[in-house]
Amino acid sequence: MTMLISLIVGLVLFFAIGLASRATLRTLAPAHQRPTFRDMPLTASFGIAIILLYVIVATLAPAIAPFGEGEVVGDQYLPWAAPYYLGTDKLGRDMLTRLVYGARNTVGIAFATTALAFVVGSILGIWAALVGGRLDQWLSRFVDALMAIPALIFSLLLLTIFGTSVLTLILVIAAVDATRVYRLARSVSQGIVVMDYIEAARLRGETSWRLIRREILPNAMAPLVAEFGLRFCFVFLSISALSFLGLGIKPPTADWGSMVRENATLITFGDITPLLPAGAIALLTVAVNFVVDWQLHRASGLKE
Amino acid sequence: MSDIWRMIGRRLLLGLLTLFIISVVIFGATELLPGDLARELLGQSATEETLAALREQLGLNDPAPLRYWNWLTGVLQGDFGVSMATKKPISELVGTRLGNTLFLALYAAALSVPLSLLLGVLAALWRNSIFDRASNALALTSISFPEFFVAYILVLWLAQTGIFPSMVRITPSTTTGDLLYSAFLPALTLTLVVTAHMMRMTRAAIINLLASPYIEMARLKGMSPLRVVLRHAVPNALAPIINVVALNLAYLITGVVVVEVVFVYPGLGQLMVDAVTNRDIAVVQAIALIFAAAYVLLNLIADVLSTITNPRLMHRR
Repeated sequence: MTMLISLIVGLVLFFAIGLASRATLRTLAPAHQRPTFRDMPLTASFGIAIILLYVIVATLAPAIAPFGEGEVVGDQYLPWAAPYYLGTDKLGRDMLTRLVYGARNTVGIAFATTALAFVVGSILGIWAALVGGRLDQWLSRFVDALMAIPALIFSLLLLTIFGTSVLTLILVIAAVDATRVYRLARSVSQGIVVMDYIEAARLRGETSWRLIRREILPNAMAPLVAEFGLRFCFVFLSISALSFLGLGIKPPTADWGSMVRENATLITFGDITPLLPAGAIALLTVAVNFVVDWQLHRASGLKE
Repeated sequence: MSDIWRMIGRRLLLGLLTLFIISVVIFGATELLPGDLARELLGQSATEETLAALREQLGLNDPAPLRYWNWLTGVLQGDFGVSMATKKPISELVGTRLGNTLFLALYAAALSVPLSLLLGVLAALWRNSIFDRASNALALTSISFPEFFVAYILVLWLAQTGIFPSMVRITPSTTTGDLLYSAFLPALTLTLVVTAHMMRMTRAAIINLLASPYIEMARLKGMSPLRVVLRHAVPNALAPIINVVALNLAYLITGVVVVEVVFVYPGLGQLMVDAVTNRDIAVVQAIALIFAAAYVLLNLIADVLSTITNPRLMHRR
């Protein structure tokens, strides 16, 4: 029964947020882009609203959170009641505060990791496609070898060797994901480097770096942006999984994955508090996926 | 017939080569450290004597290629070396746990493969209906969920009410029936995580074919839609379906890591997480190699099967 009620509430919220965000986007958008937003599916406008919400919470975390990030405010595992609206955790820290700071830490680290993977992966990929020949062969075979090992297993191996800290976590996940970005960037730019304008730019004597930056990158942008959304989801999920396993972001830093782990015992007593950080992870991933799905659909030029 | 064997032989050789490269990567990753493994494990404050003792114990004084050779020949004889944390032979630690993990992965596969194929065919048959749209949205949602979220929701709904246990205990006296019952929740979690992707790909592979002229012809003959899909579309869609099934089974093998930790399931994944926490590099290397080998083997089987089901690939000249 409660399940049915929560399902209905969820659906109503989904439509309300989706419709409201679509209307807002339409009025705010410049005139020539209005049709894009008018035709966007509800899932996409819902996704955009949720992503914006996360960004706002992450940037304004200290202003929104009622307490300090690591502050012990009361007994452990207090129930949901004011002033601890979502109760307290294992050490007596305010759950709501931890959730808000988690938006900043978890999402921020995932974003930084994805960005790093993209810079490294796409530059190497485009460079390999541009230079071709032996360099391309060596780099690609090397990446193939790395990709033959399942991503999670390879990250675990690297974390064992380099130790578990936030910095190594970012570097390791970025390195593993850069191989996937490399593949895409290389295959996209292979289609571009054979174009006449690249030939012309080469004859003008432009340097490789300028070729990558000014000629190839702008033309390879569309698929790379869509890939950025998808990769962000993967990175976000794998960082959360590693934190959940106790190998990622460590306490006292507030992080959604480790929050689930720390408070998991509550679930066996029927308390849903530990599901909130897990749900926060799921909601953001769903939102990003919805927006990426819409972008891919638009880019493919398909009409319903 | 001999063509098939020649093809399988060629794929096997390629798979062995891949495995060899993987083993080099797994072993060679320790060489990436700025200092060496002993200094990394003991920290900056370690004295020269303890460092030398640990190096001796780990065999770090030999050159890397020699160490790799010794490790590889050991692994090929089933000897993975000794765990640094527990001082036990790794093959002993891994032995029963490998069986448990394989059982869980097979269990989840036995649930998810028929389910997703059935749902995928139905979604293709009733495309653009409410069923299709709902299953599509659900699939996209469940792909985005972290495994531990799915697992804990199941615990909240099914273990709270006492229907299924939320922890798995395996003793030598556990019968297969008990095991099937107590491992149901972890298997269901894995099923939910992989079913969505397999279902979507099955649907896409079949719908791709439904536009071809021979399907049109079959329809014009007056065949029922179900028969058109089952007799004409599915056999031609088998190759992509087999590939996506293999991809997801391979995913199962790594997905078990998180699920095993949630349900305290005594499998390889949990052993690996413990080993990473203790920085027990020899154990991690051994388990990584086992997982990677399973991954390569699954892809190999998928490759062979999808070639056999497609006559055009079989008789390519």
